[in-house]
Amino acid sequence: MSGYNFAYLDEQTKRMIRRAILKAVAIPGHQVPFGAREMPLPYGWGTGGIQVTAAILGQDDVLKVIDQGADDTTNAVSIRRFFARTAGVATTTRTTKATVIQTRHRIPETPLRADQILVYQVPLPEPLAKLEPSRAETRQMHALAEYGLMHVKLYEDIARFGHIAISYDYPVMVNGRYLMSPSPIPAFDTPKMHRMPALQLFGAGREKRIYAVPPFTSVRPLDFDDHPFRLIRAPHPCALCGARDSYLDEVLTDDRGGRMFVCSDTDYCASRRDIAEAAGEAA
Amino acid sequence: MNAPLLDAPLLEARDLRLSFGSIRALDGVNATLWPGEVLAIVGESGSGKTTLLNVLSGRARPDMGQAIYRDPEGAAHDVHAMPAPQLRALHRSDWGFVHQNPRDALRMGVSAGGNVGERLMAQGARHYGSIRDTAIDRLRQVEISADRIDDLPRTFSGGMLQRLQIARTLATHPRLVFMDEPTGGLDVSVQARLLDLIRSLVARLGIAVVLVTHDIAVARLLAGRILVMRHGQVVETGLTDQVLDDPQHPYTQLLVSSVLQA
Repeated sequence: MSGYNFAYLDEQTKRMIRRAILKAVAIPGHQVPFGAREMPLPYGWGTGGIQVTAAILGQDDVLKVIDQGADDTTNAVSIRRFFARTAGVATTTRTTKATVIQTRHRIPETPLRADQILVYQVPLPEPLAKLEPSRAETRQMHALAEYGLMHVKLYEDIARFGHIAISYDYPVMVNGRYLMSPSPIPAFDTPKMHRMPALQLFGAGREKRIYAVPPFTSVRPLDFDDHPFRLIRAPHPCALCGARDSYLDEVLTDDRGGRMFVCSDTDYCASRRDIAEAAGEAA
Repeated sequence: MNAPLLDAPLLEARDLRLSFGSIRALDGVNATLWPGEVLAIVGESGSGKTTLLNVLSGRARPDMGQAIYRDPEGAAHDVHAMPAPQLRALHRSDWGFVHQNPRDALRMGVSAGGNVGERLMAQGARHYGSIRDTAIDRLRQVEISADRIDDLPRTFSGGMLQRLQIARTLATHPRLVFMDEPTGGLDVSVQARLLDLIRSLVARLGIAVVLVTHDIAVARLLAGRILVMRHGQVVETGLTDQVLDDPQHPYTQLLVSSVLQA
């Protein structure tokens, strides 16, 4: 598209963001401030993720954008089209074909490879924000690795509900040092971050923070010795592809109580159905 | 409890000086606190009591002078030369601070058990069952019944809040507790009960206490030794009964004689 630099942002801004990314990769889980720009989409729609993607995108990259696991929702479609127009890069919905995946609220079910980069959109980068209102104090707590307060929150959950009732944005320890918000992905997805071969980058546009988990880095959910972290998944198979290992969305089908559970990762679901169809035709 | 080391002072103030502009809040204060003893700092408002407490506990920095703390191994540390992480760790483990207003110290949105357990979790306790057992034990020590453990502090009365604050402070078995007017703002009968509780806890657990109060009666009830301050200076110091029964300095005489007799 004429009149715009490659991938919308000017080169100086990309350079600044890349420097922040390098620093973030060097200190896994540490939040690096950066000068977030105004982007042509509202805060909360992925302004942080879109800037990180713009800074790392090259001409040969293949971009996939998902929102709640789906490739076909408004947010995903708009951001994908935005980069198709401003950078002219190839886009895909296939997890295996993508080199850069920007995501909101999910990690793809298909395991990622070392040649892929996963970019998260982050609304609230500070995991301690809800417990400690002072940002100066939370910074000091990160510096001194004083994370007892986060366990107070887990304690409260067990005392009140009998189990740790955090279903998304589950606090994790990165590389045994920094407490990190994994962005609002379901707790179901946090184990996928542990020693993931792909580079994971996190961008928070409104809060102006970038952080990262380098490949093959330890990411551990917080828990108690006698109340270990447990995966929570709806006890159903996917109504479309029959998967029993994927994260499910509950979809209401009518106003008489009808509902179905389907994979939240649309690409995973579709490729499973393609394989099943191909096997059915061959038989 | 393990016997405290009696051969060296726990906390020592050496010629502390601190000015706020032209006001000398601390003007050459010397003080010693021995293991297991209760030292009361009394004086009228603005005499530098709270400033002294803040400087001793490392929450404020003096212009001159030192505060020396002796750890359980007997090593001496200058409180104000200590690196911040070490001082913060000390405040979470070996030391405690009881504020006049319990709302300053407690997390009002966190249950009583969570408030007591926070210090344990900050020290690395990661077993829910044992944290809860300790919390129940500490609540019992301050006469809060175990079935209030999951209640929020805002459902507690003023006296109970203050006792909860003490339970929270005691979670990690501190050796030294700083108290800033712990009974201020409570009505007289609640005050009496709280004083009784503090006295028996301190005696039983062998905790050393620096107690700031403007109430001579509180000092007489709790403290073994007393330090009378005026205009940032220590005007008289000695055994509590001795100082209060036979005050030597005119200011102490005034202070003692101005107590209303019920």
